[in-house]
Amino acid sequence: MSAHQLAFLVLGVLILVSALMVVTVRNLVHAALFLILCFAGVAGLYVLLQAEFLAVAQVLIYIGAITVLILFGIMLTRKITGGAQPPLASHWKAAGAGAGAFLLLLLYVAMTGQWQVSDQPPMDSTTTLGLALVTRYVLPFELASVVLLAALVGAVLLARDETR
Amino acid sequence: MLKEYFPILLMLVLAIGFGVTMIFLSSLAGRKTATATKTAPYECGSLPVGSARLRFDVKFYVVAILFILFDVEAVLLWPWAVLQAQQLKLTGLVEAAVFVGILLLGYLYALRKGALEWE
Repeated sequence: MSAHQLAFLVLGVLILVSALMVVTVRNLVHAALFLILCFAGVAGLYVLLQAEFLAVAQVLIYIGAITVLILFGIMLTRKITGGAQPPLASHWKAAGAGAGAFLLLLLYVAMTGQWQVSDQPPMDSTTTLGLALVTRYVLPFELASVVLLAALVGAVLLARDETR
Repeated sequence: MLKEYFPILLMLVLAIGFGVTMIFLSSLAGRKTATATKTAPYECGSLPVGSARLRFDVKFYVVAILFILFDVEAVLLWPWAVLQAQQLKLTGLVEAAVFVGILLLGYLYALRKGALEWE
């Protein structure tokens, strides 16, 4: 077994176990902390796939920002801060059926798809991405800042109304 | 390729190993006399007041949202920042200035609305 395979195995086990803990653990804050572990494992998988920009973005945005937002969401909600919660929500049957159907679809695609392996070495993805952002995809790049601006104004507006 | 990440693995192993060893050693060698004062939650040396599981003020939410927005901005600017000057040219500089300028408007808006003030 090569080091690559060993790393994949370790990361896979880490992701699966932490994901399982997220949905089974009773304390929501603990679930959010296990989510961090899960995201870190996914970032490791991106490194294995040589998508290093994606790995760093995963750490910065998912671990850094999304989990912070989830934790704030938990702490801002009065009902669920009271401690332990039953892990099964009321619609668990429908949710399970949906997730199971999606799993079957994924398995079908993974088994029947034609997977091609490139023999070319990967390019420096961050530089390529940067060049694309300032030349071909300059409009989405600028639009992203408008979207961020809209989100910022919306958040400030909503929270200001709440405090008054 | 994976060799470049060996220092990160080494640091992970060291960090986890250090933590586990310290907890193990202190449980092995430390004296365990639990009094009410010792088992109380540590709160900067002052006596803990009330439950920690309160509903937080919505002001924290604004700070969290602002943090996420500028985090995403930093990630979007990063591939731009690693480019060489001759790849970037003047247009690349202007494009990034427009990008930052639009977000600067949002920052000024938040500043004017007092979203960053802690009253």
